[in-house]
Amino acid sequence: MEPLMAIVIGILFAAAIYMMLRRSIVKLVIGLMLLSNAANLLIFATAGMVRGAPPLVPQGLTAPEGAVADPLPQALVLTAIVIAFGVLSFAVVLVRRAWEIVRADDLDKMKDTDT
Amino acid sequence: MQLAVLGGFVAAVMAPLLHHWFGARTPLVMALLPAALAAWLIGQWPAVAAGEVLLLEWAWVPGLDITLTFLIDGLAWLFAMLITVIGALVLVYSGEYLRGHRDLPRFLVVITAFMMSMLGLVLADNLVTLFVFWELTSITSYLLIGFNHTDLAARKAALQGLFVTVGGGLALLAGFVMLAVAGDSWSLVELTRRGELLREHALYTPILVCVLLGAFTKSAQFPFHFWLPNAMAAPTPVSAYLHSATMVKAGIYLLARLHPAMGGTEGWVISLSLVGALTMATGAFMAIQHTNVKKLLAYSTVMALGTLTMLLGIGTQGALVAFVAFLLAHSLYKGALFMVAGILDHETGTKDVTAMGGLRRVMPRTAAVAMLAALSLAGLPPLLGFVGKELMFASVLEASAWRPLILLLAFMAAFLTLAVAAIVALRPFFGASRETPSTPHEAPRAMLAGPALLAVLSLLFGLTPGLLDPLVGATVAGVLAPPGETLVEAHLAIWHGINLPLLLSLASLLLGLLVYRYWDRLRAMLARLEPLMARGPEAGYEALMAGVVAVAEWQTRLLQNGQLRNYLVMTLLVLVGLVGHALFFRHTLEFDLALSFYFHEAVVAGLMVAGAVAACVMRSRLAAVAALGIMGFSIALTFVLFSAPDLAITQLLVETLTVILLVLVLFRLPRFASLSTPTERLRDLAVAILTGGLITLLMLSVLSGERLPRISDYMVANSQPLGHGHNIVNVILVDFRALDTLGEMFVLALAAIGVYAMLRFHALEYDARHTVPPRESDDG
Repeated sequence: MEPLMAIVIGILFAAAIYMMLRRSIVKLVIGLMLLSNAANLLIFATAGMVRGAPPLVPQGLTAPEGAVADPLPQALVLTAIVIAFGVLSFAVVLVRRAWEIVRADDLDKMKDTDT
Repeated sequence: MQLAVLGGFVAAVMAPLLHHWFGARTPLVMALLPAALAAWLIGQWPAVAAGEVLLLEWAWVPGLDITLTFLIDGLAWLFAMLITVIGALVLVYSGEYLRGHRDLPRFLVVITAFMMSMLGLVLADNLVTLFVFWELTSITSYLLIGFNHTDLAARKAALQGLFVTVGGGLALLAGFVMLAVAGDSWSLVELTRRGELLREHALYTPILVCVLLGAFTKSAQFPFHFWLPNAMAAPTPVSAYLHSATMVKAGIYLLARLHPAMGGTEGWVISLSLVGALTMATGAFMAIQHTNVKKLLAYSTVMALGTLTMLLGIGTQGALVAFVAFLLAHSLYKGALFMVAGILDHETGTKDVTAMGGLRRVMPRTAAVAMLAALSLAGLPPLLGFVGKELMFASVLEASAWRPLILLLAFMAAFLTLAVAAIVALRPFFGASRETPSTPHEAPRAMLAGPALLAVLSLLFGLTPGLLDPLVGATVAGVLAPPGETLVEAHLAIWHGINLPLLLSLASLLLGLLVYRYWDRLRAMLARLEPLMARGPEAGYEALMAGVVAVAEWQTRLLQNGQLRNYLVMTLLVLVGLVGHALFFRHTLEFDLALSFYFHEAVVAGLMVAGAVAACVMRSRLAAVAALGIMGFSIALTFVLFSAPDLAITQLLVETLTVILLVLVLFRLPRFASLSTPTERLRDLAVAILTGGLITLLMLSVLSGERLPRISDYMVANSQPLGHGHNIVNVILVDFRALDTLGEMFVLALAAIGVYAMLRFHALEYDARHTVPPRESDDG
């Protein structure tokens, strides 16, 4: 599964970067969302993808029986998902405020301080 | 001693406070510091004279072999004495010169800091420490030249001095590093003992070039001499102290100090004696073209610095004796003359010697001091300057390389200097009285004390040069051999019989007086050379600076053009280039492409790709958001399929919230417009595909690589026993890596506050807007 995911993640990154290079700020924000999702998947998939063995300790035992999925990348990704949401909500509200004031969705029209 | 120097910096910072307490008497109080240091140095004199070396050890950064160890031998002692004694006199003088000046405390801070840096420079035994103090003197010099910061010319001169000396400083740093590598030590004492090794080392030539660049820029040698006359924009006490007696001699000191380690080779002898002689002649020749008394003196300082360099280059024992005698003589008379120049400026309100005349009638004491000091500058008996000049001529006759040329340049410098001395001492004080911007009076005692003392010393040492024998001997010993290894007996005398140097002196006296006699006519003639002068080294400096600015502007326009996309493209291309290079050329790409997946997994992966691509190409915002949602939920499904239930839950929640947020907010924004040209799209697509492809390759190569032992194994094994939790991911989040989670909470809280604040402002503005007619429709 990992090689397939490698290709998928490459495409997600490419899509994210393409969108981040657009002049429209809304597209830039969409690019950021794609990028954070792609990065999360990258960390998750690189650690190895295991079917049907969640990192849980069964009741009454001190350690899981047999191999389980690596819990550390999962913890990292979990943190990343939440932070990405925080950043996204801030960015979206910022874009909205910028639109209200500058009335432009074009980054090129916002590069000077006096607009 | 180290404590005294470091404490001196503290005292410098305290100057404003002292000024608060002592008012106009602060400079006198501050002068106690160098005076006390000078007294301490005099206490060390018997040991120094006996050829002992005082090494005051002080570890600074032991791990890097950097010490604050101070080295006091004859050479360091002489320089330290000049710094402290002239420093004390200059402080007393400046108290009067800058009386009532608004920025007197600032002046005291910087000049005291300079004094301590300069002391550190001449006393340091460690190359790194020396370099730190070296740069500190450049910076304090910058601040002092630009003291009148409202004056554009002063600021420009300050910057020029800084650039030239600090540029040389960079070369010097490189030279020092190579020197330490070649000599395997950072200690000057050690390095001077390894002269043989250093002179034969493969790095000798680069070291020599770098060290000479540093020393020549600092000591205003040709072709870097131009910054020194411009530095005369500084207040006169600064010119007297930094730009004649001390800082500009730092380069000379360094060359003298390194003489046992690096001197004596052909490269050293030729470059030092030729550059020195050229500087000498240039300085003297430029001097007589000016009528500004400070410029006259500044160019004659350039001439003196050239002489010192040339004598070091000749390097025989006789030349070194001449070096020390000339150094001492110059510090005494030039310090005095600059202070006299300050008095003239202060009393008459002009610096132009042609605008003054007959001043001896109103300021007889100043005139006497000026005459004495100028006699020494002219090199006339019975002053110390004469002793120095005789020895200089004698050494030039001993020169091993380029003797005729050097002799010619030295002779030219000698008679032109004599003319300068006559101009400075005779022009303002004799002849008919002239109207000057302010009415001159005799100088206040505090201003006259310093120059008078220095001038009298010139006379005293001139009459009985034998007094200086032990000092000259101890200093020459330090230049000739590693500290403490030899004793040199030196004998200075004012009368050597009738010999070639004396005849040369006589000839230069006659020629010098002729130049003085016809100075006005000569100046008019030389003025015609103006276009030629305009192409001098200073023009080169200007062109270089203009070039730097032009390149900076060009690259800023190219790289820092304010377009986010360009920065991003640049960053990504560099990333792809470097990582790709490492991946393809330093690493064998071997993929273990065992593709094994179920059909439903492939479908989920396909949905992800479709969602991402659709989000990019959709024209409608709603469709783009929906496509993003599809991708997000497919990712959640992947988490479910591959043993990450916690991630799946979080992703589902966040994805739902995201879609709601986007739908709510984006609908108040305009439709997607087509802003880019097809070429731009193609370029962006290429960059995107390159980066994405690189990520895929990277991930594949990571997957095929060897796995290191996982930290997670510890967490899996200890989750229940230590963390008492059955969900290992949760235990990691709240226990093993709890600080990460705390940080995450802060980020979220900040984002929430930011969002709230922006929405709140919006609400306020909305209320406000309802009282005035709406600007434009809000449904775009």
